[in-house]
Amino acid sequence: MGVEIKIEDLSKSFGKQLIWGDVTLTVPAGEVSVMLGPSGTGKSVLLKTLIGLLKPDKGSVIIEGTDIASCSEKELYEIRKLFGVLFQDGAMFGSMNLYDNVAFPLREHTKKSESEIRDIVMEKMDLVGLLGAEDKLPGEISGGMRKRAGLARALVLDPEIVLFDEPDSGLDPVRTAFLNQLIVDLNAQIDATFLIVTHDINTARTVPDNIGLLYHRHLAMFGPREMLLSSEEPVVRQFLNAQKVGPIGMSEEKDADELEAEKDEAMPPLPPIPMQLEPSNGIARRSQREPGAWCRENGVTPPPGSFDQNMSMAPGAG
Amino acid sequence: MASTTATRILAPVGTAGKLFAFGLDVGRGLFRRPFQTREFIQQAWFIASVTIIPTALVAIPFGAVIALQVGGLIKQFGAQSFTGSAAVLAVVREAGPIATSLLIAGAAGSAIAADLGARKIREELDAMMVLGIDPIQRLVVPRVLACMLVAVFLNGLVSVVGVAGGYVFNVVLQDGTPGAYLSSFTALAQLPDLWQGMAKALVFGLLAAIVACYKGMNAAGGPKGVGDAVNESVVISFMLLFVVNFVMSAIYFQLVPPKTG
Repeated sequence: MGVEIKIEDLSKSFGKQLIWGDVTLTVPAGEVSVMLGPSGTGKSVLLKTLIGLLKPDKGSVIIEGTDIASCSEKELYEIRKLFGVLFQDGAMFGSMNLYDNVAFPLREHTKKSESEIRDIVMEKMDLVGLLGAEDKLPGEISGGMRKRAGLARALVLDPEIVLFDEPDSGLDPVRTAFLNQLIVDLNAQIDATFLIVTHDINTARTVPDNIGLLYHRHLAMFGPREMLLSSEEPVVRQFLNAQKVGPIGMSEEKDADELEAEKDEAMPPLPPIPMQLEPSNGIARRSQREPGAWCRENGVTPPPGSFDQNMSMAPGAG
Repeated sequence: MASTTATRILAPVGTAGKLFAFGLDVGRGLFRRPFQTREFIQQAWFIASVTIIPTALVAIPFGAVIALQVGGLIKQFGAQSFTGSAAVLAVVREAGPIATSLLIAGAAGSAIAADLGARKIREELDAMMVLGIDPIQRLVVPRVLACMLVAVFLNGLVSVVGVAGGYVFNVVLQDGTPGAYLSSFTALAQLPDLWQGMAKALVFGLLAAIVACYKGMNAAGGPKGVGDAVNESVVISFMLLFVVNFVMSAIYFQLVPPKTG
């Protein structure tokens, strides 16, 4: 059914360097959310904090009434059974073949017989399109296959929350599109809460129900997709439309001189909001909202040309 | 400025503390069920396979060198009949545990640190924790136990091969008599020597495995980090093992009075 993740006032620093502070947001149950941010803003750190691999300095992460940040190790291992996590490179166990990798959580946590395990593993392998590759070792397959295998392993215990750490990094645009479609289909099928960390604009614009943006050591904005895509907020606007003009610079935020220099440069107009990616069987997901619904409810006029079926989905198009 | 100096000076203390805490975690993991029998057997087999041949090859010259050194000296005293006992004493009390520690730390420890380090940087350990499995219980405990077991066996191997090597050199090269070599075996050496050798090997296996696992699991910074972790683990365990060897020998001499031939 999906479980909501309630993050309150979360701060994390390494040594003296603050990664992000006072992050407060609620990832809604059963919905697909994307967390965006320029490179090096601690997106992966946030993800690792959510599963308790890193302890925050302050704040809480509440899942089903348990605070991940302060609970005991035993509770932590218990609550982690709700999670499925897709790591950047799949994080497959190098010494096992794909079948054993996917079967691993089942063998460790359930008392299922080998034939039951076989059924479940084959079902998940089929889901990610890896049937026939069970006997391969992780070292023998491509990065995209490793990611899909990692996804199969993440799904095998029927998680309530699925976290994706840059599912699209290192994949070509076609594979990324397939993976995005897979994510949407999965959400329609298992209704779990999805949180995707990425900096791929195309994914962010078309896949999620909600978008969040981490920038300059804080959470700049978190809300429904249409709210961020129609936002006039400079940081959000610059990032979601992949533009150079705006407060984000090459290394960090731009300094006063740079901002002064581009003061007169107007930001290009907002590109139209694309349609959300639909499940491939055409049946709407439970958490899916009608295109333009948020804009109408909140009296926001979407940029011209929004929600046009034939619109180009290339990043920064407009 | 003062604070940075203080942090720098105190850093090794922190590392030592973390290593100790890790050791305690492993101790706690020892009693957590289910015990990973399969992993334990696989690891014991693996560690044995990387250490047995080097250990035997190290033990032969070790026994021979003792035979050469002691043989020459003892001849001047006219006490050739005691060469056998000198070889047994040196090999069983010191050479066995030392050669074992070198091989356990150098061959087994580096292999463990490299393996866990590679798993760490490929996020395999994180993935394992996320799947609700404690890597200390699943991976570290079987390795530590396997290392201890194999260390005890290696100690026995070194003792046998070392004494045999000494015998061959003494009898073949130094014209010693087989009877004198064999009959003086128990003149100076005694049974507790054997026990203390085994106890040392057990402790060395424990320390080397804990250091290797700790360093491997805390590798950071990509492939270079794994190399650094392996390097540090070998250096740290060498230092630790030699210090512990000295301490244990000193305690042993206090507890068990040397036999007077």
